[in-house]
Amino acid sequence: MRHVLSVLVENEPGVLSRVVGLFSGRGFNIETLNVGPTLEDGLSLMTITTSGEEQIIEQITKQLRKLVTVVKVVDLTHLQSVEREMVLIKVNAEDERRAEVLRIADIFRCKVVDVSGNDLTLEITGDQGKIRAIVSLLQRFGIKEFARTGTVAMRRSMQVD
Amino acid sequence: MERTGAQILLECLLQEGVESIFGFPGGAVIDIYHHLPDYPALRHFLVRHEQGAIHAADGYARATGRVGVCLVTSGPGATNTVTGIATAYMDSIPVVIITGQVPTPLIGNDAFQEVDIVGISRPCVKHNYLVKDVKDLAWIIKQAFYLARTGRPGPVLVDLPKDVLQAKTVFEYPESISMRSYNPNLAPNRRQVRKVTELLRRSRRPLVYSGGGVISSDAAEELTWLCRTLRIPVTSTLMGLGAFPGDDPLWLGMLGMHGTYAANMAVGHTDLLLAVGARFDDRVTGKISSFAPSAQVVHIDVDPTSIRKNVNVDVPIVADCRQALRGIREELEICSDLPDWSEAHQSWLEQVSEWQRDHPLRYTFSEEPIKPQFVVEKIYELTKGEAIITTEVGQNQMWAAQFSKFHRPRTFLTSGGLGTMGYGFPAAIGAQVAFPDKLVIDIAGDGSIQMNIQEMATAVSYNIPVKIVILNNGYLGMVRQWQELFYAKNYCATCMHLNPDFVKLAEAYGAAGFRVTKAADVERVLKEAFAVPGPAIVDVVVEPEENVYPMVPAGAALTDMLLV
Ligand SMILES: Cc1ncc(C[n+]2csc(CCOP(=O)(O)OP(=O)(O)O)c2C)c(N)n1
Repeated sequence: MRHVLSVLVENEPGVLSRVVGLFSGRGFNIETLNVGPTLEDGLSLMTITTSGEEQIIEQITKQLRKLVTVVKVVDLTHLQSVEREMVLIKVNAEDERRAEVLRIADIFRCKVVDVSGNDLTLEITGDQGKIRAIVSLLQRFGIKEFARTGTVAMRRSMQVD
Repeated sequence: MERTGAQILLECLLQEGVESIFGFPGGAVIDIYHHLPDYPALRHFLVRHEQGAIHAADGYARATGRVGVCLVTSGPGATNTVTGIATAYMDSIPVVIITGQVPTPLIGNDAFQEVDIVGISRPCVKHNYLVKDVKDLAWIIKQAFYLARTGRPGPVLVDLPKDVLQAKTVFEYPESISMRSYNPNLAPNRRQVRKVTELLRRSRRPLVYSGGGVISSDAAEELTWLCRTLRIPVTSTLMGLGAFPGDDPLWLGMLGMHGTYAANMAVGHTDLLLAVGARFDDRVTGKISSFAPSAQVVHIDVDPTSIRKNVNVDVPIVADCRQALRGIREELEICSDLPDWSEAHQSWLEQVSEWQRDHPLRYTFSEEPIKPQFVVEKIYELTKGEAIITTEVGQNQMWAAQFSKFHRPRTFLTSGGLGTMGYGFPAAIGAQVAFPDKLVIDIAGDGSIQMNIQEMATAVSYNIPVKIVILNNGYLGMVRQWQELFYAKNYCATCMHLNPDFVKLAEAYGAAGFRVTKAADVERVLKEAFAVPGPAIVDVVVEPEENVYPMVPAGAALTDMLLV
């Protein structure tokens, strides 16, 4: 099962390789990984998506907590959380198909961030489902370039069930 | 007053109560060595290879329970310690490794003798540091020692660039440490402890399986109390030997691949397995799915990652072993309706002693060639468990574990997790430095001893009277045993043709050398060797094709043992 881990770490040289090395050295898999500084000096937040059986995920979170530079690990999977990913897609959009691409972009609330005679570059944010949907819709036009950030996630303030 | 980084480091070591350093110099650490003579309280032992330094620091740490210290230069000096760092990491041994590094402006430029030791060692240290500013040096050293010895102990490496060692600042040693990301949990959870006592009360066939964690948390006394009071039989891992008296009738011997019949059968039949400071290593469990098949499992470990890593656990207790065992004792002491333990466990204890009686460890005696097991028995007889025994790796290690008895923790030092050939001799040097008046014996194989034999020069030059007993079978015996049993006797690359003459080798270094070929002479020669004032090698020519039994083939169930 896919899990989203929110990992607060000391922002110091080598911390990323400690985390990544833990995954590779123990044969765990990383699907996406995203890192950035937090508002608090000296701390960064990583969002890691990974998958595996419960026992593996338990090991991953415990092993992460054991790293001296890791301050906190939260598995967001069983919490209500907001998940977003940003993707840039450069898609073929010659004259006769441009309108159609733009209409799809509009439906998905994409932003057009670059244009040329032959293509359009779209910026999309959304959860995995939305990204998958637009990618599959745009594929028939021909995707020339594709760049994604990996998931960032945050626990919702209200945990209603 | 301002001091250089090198001086500050040495001041820090003093503050940490360090008295012995095992090291080897080089350009990057020359500043440290320059100031070392000003600190006579810090005794430095010059080894002959950096692997010797780290193993010696590790042996010192295992024998004393204190942090071992190793000091080496950058580049090749640092990489030579990696095997020893991994050895200490796998067995959770507290050591601090100080490595020199090229000056900070050169880092990353492929400078002379530059290596990214922080990167190389990352997977096998508890933590490591590159010090970039002399102002950070004191607190980093403080943290390094703190991390090495607290929680689950382990090696911590500090990489020191040469310009940091030369830069100056005022020395102030921080009094306390606060790390928001490191707070090992030491006290057991009361509710879990209560569950354990409840299980103990109900169990009819309990078994304690103890490991190195009992030794590193100094919990031997608590463990012994629990087992003796509740009449619970005890088995342990290789790393746990010595935590429970080896002559107690409740002692079953080691479990696992070369464990005793009684221990492995007990695991197969217990209804309550109390695992204390042990990590369910594959050499111990054999086939996981048939490990302790009818037992509820209690697992006490200070490291949460150990729990449920390999086996499912019914009651996990994340705590220091000693505190957890004390907690159980306190809980039991307030219970009013405890069973009569001897009565409750009577038929189980009878069953266990029947296994012990029917399948003890055994071998067939022969006068010539000598049987290696006989040599180990003789060593035990002569030392009565008063010696510190180290081992190399292979058959020698298993026979040492099987045929000696250990009564006290920290008297058996061996590379359990990594299985590092070449460990025993330098570790013996480290232990002997800590206990100059004790008899320290490395039980060795003819293959392993050649991996760090150069440390004989260290032993001779400081008159460290370690005794090496080589069980010389002319083979890389343990591998040959596997080839014999599982690879159709294809003895490829395991015959040690042209071993050196170990007697002459000892003499060439200025140590004493002895050779024995007949069982009748073993006792006399061992006595003689133990009596010489300096280091000595006893080369015992043993049966070349003797095997270690019982044996559970890798991946088989513990109860599927090959007996003698
Ligand atoms: C550094 C290292 N290299 C290789 C091995 C693999 N290995 C395990 S036991 C063994 C044989 C050891 O031979 P010897 O020291 O003569 O001891 P014996 O088994 O004969 O007692 C070998 C090669 C190891 N454990 N460590």
